Amino acid sequence: MQSKMKESDPILEVENLYASTDNLPILKGVSLTVYPGEIHAIMGRNGCGKSTLSKIIAGHPSYNITNGDIKFLGENINSLEPEERAQSGIFLGFQYPIEIPGVSNLEFLRVSTNARRKFLNKEELDTFDFEELVKEKLEIVKMDHAFLSRSVNQGFSGGEKKRNEILQMALLEPKIAILDETDSGLDIDALRIVASGIKKISNAQTGIILITHYQRLLDEIEPHYVHVMSDGQIIKTGESDLALELEKKGYEWTDNFIKEN
Amino acid sequence: MVNENLVKDVVKEPYKYGFVTDIETEKIAKGLNEDIIKLISQKKEEPKYLLDFRLKAFKKWQKMKEPDWAGLGYKQIDYQDIIYYSAPKQKEKISSLDEVDPKLLETFDKLGIPLTEQKKLTNVAVDAVFDSVSIATTFREELAEHGVIFCSISEAVKNHSDLIEKYLGTVVPASDNYFAALNSAVFSDGSFVYIPKGVTCPMDLSSYFRINSGDSGQFERTLIIAEESSSVSYLEGCTAPMFDTNTLHAAVVELIALDDASIKYSTVQNWYAGDEEGIGGIFNFVTKRGKCLGKRSKISWSQVETGSAITWKYPSCLLLGEESVGEFYSVALTNNLQQADTGTKMIHIGPKTKSTIVSKGISAGNSINSYRGLVKMGTKAKGSRNYSQCDSMLIGDQASANTFPYIKSQQPNSEIEHEASTCRISEDQLFYLQSRGIEFEEAVSMMVSGFCRDVFNQLPMEFAAEADKLLALKLEGSVG
Repeated sequence: MQSKMKESDPILEVENLYASTDNLPILKGVSLTVYPGEIHAIMGRNGCGKSTLSKIIAGHPSYNITNGDIKFLGENINSLEPEERAQSGIFLGFQYPIEIPGVSNLEFLRVSTNARRKFLNKEELDTFDFEELVKEKLEIVKMDHAFLSRSVNQGFSGGEKKRNEILQMALLEPKIAILDETDSGLDIDALRIVASGIKKISNAQTGIILITHYQRLLDEIEPHYVHVMSDGQIIKTGESDLALELEKKGYEWTDNFIKEN
Repeated sequence: MVNENLVKDVVKEPYKYGFVTDIETEKIAKGLNEDIIKLISQKKEEPKYLLDFRLKAFKKWQKMKEPDWAGLGYKQIDYQDIIYYSAPKQKEKISSLDEVDPKLLETFDKLGIPLTEQKKLTNVAVDAVFDSVSIATTFREELAEHGVIFCSISEAVKNHSDLIEKYLGTVVPASDNYFAALNSAVFSDGSFVYIPKGVTCPMDLSSYFRINSGDSGQFERTLIIAEESSSVSYLEGCTAPMFDTNTLHAAVVELIALDDASIKYSTVQNWYAGDEEGIGGIFNFVTKRGKCLGKRSKISWSQVETGSAITWKYPSCLLLGEESVGEFYSVALTNNLQQADTGTKMIHIGPKTKSTIVSKGISAGNSINSYRGLVKMGTKAKGSRNYSQCDSMLIGDQASANTFPYIKSQQPNSEIEHEASTCRISEDQLFYLQSRGIEFEEAVSMMVSGFCRDVFNQLPMEFAAEADKLLALKLEGSVG
């Protein structure tokens, strides 16, 4: 099955990526390739560079790429602005979604959806048509319509913020979604809603990278590949059973891989 | 940091009203003395009481000291180096708009305020003031049918002298402050509005102030009287050319609301702000005050202040009538080296009076943006209430924001509430919006707009759209 997937071109190629912030090296040669339909999990201790990798792929201005390339659908995107990456189909689900006071969630979702639609040469949606679309997508994350009239993420609970992220993913229909610890801070019910949302949105054409500490998300969404990161590098790649083993043995176990390398 | 520069680019915007109209003008000599004041009064063919009013004000002004409590930094103004009267040369008597110099009409056209019969705005009457004189007022006949008087103050002095004599200087006395005294001595033109008893003004009234001349000051004077149970919505806009010298603008606005009357006064102030180095720009030293004289009367100020090198302005309400209401909604945006010191005074004198203050200050570049306000409850203001909310937003790390709320209460049975906050547009917020496909500039503009929402909601419809556009323009720069 996997070999069949690889007949198509990769969505994302990260090639020997080195990156730093304030001259402090964070990524030290990361390589990762995601094909359509694949789900990858990245695990590792806090501070190993997982979140940084996700932010760099999305174009966060605080990080400098010092070596290596990021390719999206075959094109180098190293120097693209974050909004250009988003418009072309890269989605980052934030670990800590940001609060934006005064900006209505509905308006924010509409402007962002239209930015993506414009890129896809689809007609931009007016307020009424957008209402229809968003109603449908709210179902996926079981969110109440009342969320739309509030300011972006302001006063949302942890679970509500994460569901709002998945709602954005549903509206933007990305080619690749990088979900940074989307499971953290969720109770079991919320985790199920989020996981089933992700499954509904993804399909044979999309790629997903799940950044997580816990097996429980991977119980809901089984990854094709699991990567273990340590000190800015991917030190081991395996299939879904690697995550189970990691859960059993802890990250100390992975320290041995570094020694082996 | 990369983003820091981007923010700087974004808040730069070319001033598109900076052109000068090349027109023959009649100017008097520079300087200020009794003879100059007599000359101004004579040019305007004023009655004696008004000349006396001017001369008395001038005597007071001479004894006063320019205030420095706002802590604004600017070069000493040489009051003898200013021309106090400058008017475009026109025919002696103009009977219709068709006789107005086409250059003037063209100027206002360019500013988006067409005045001619064919092109004039359909839902708002306009009084267009150019330097020291009013050029034209539209819809006068239509308004007259409702008994509404809308004309330049010079005309009102001639045709409605009784009202001028009765009310001029009763809200802002000549001795009120340094700049009010100066204005009272040399005021040139401005608008006059009178709404008779029981009349709801059928359309919005608007004055557009244009400074064209570089070496003359503008000292306009506006007086609005709303009789019992009447109401009016008045809009004010202002622009000026880009000169590398500073021009003084010291206006006085007086509002009077009688029983059950309501006045809504909205300003979009976009005087030239000076360049990035702080060269040039208008000194905007303005006294605006409304008197809620009658029971249940209401005065509401809303302002969007984006221009001027220095703004020094506190539209205020004297709440005398029982159950009268005062409101102040303000957005002040400063950039580069602009300084704004603005706020309000809500003086509760009568019982059960109510006031609301919502102030939003946005500071970018190296600018200083201060809110300064006074809420006072007098001994008779039993059962009165005030609510104040003052929020500041900082863009970049060189700008500063201050809040100076003064609260004085002599009445234990009154309530005063004050809330204040300061926020910064953070890199994380911008990145979040960008990572959802929203362009950087739109992201900044969305956040600023969201921050100002409470105030924009108070503006008349067309104005709200204009204000939103103006802020977006100021914030958008040349890209896109």
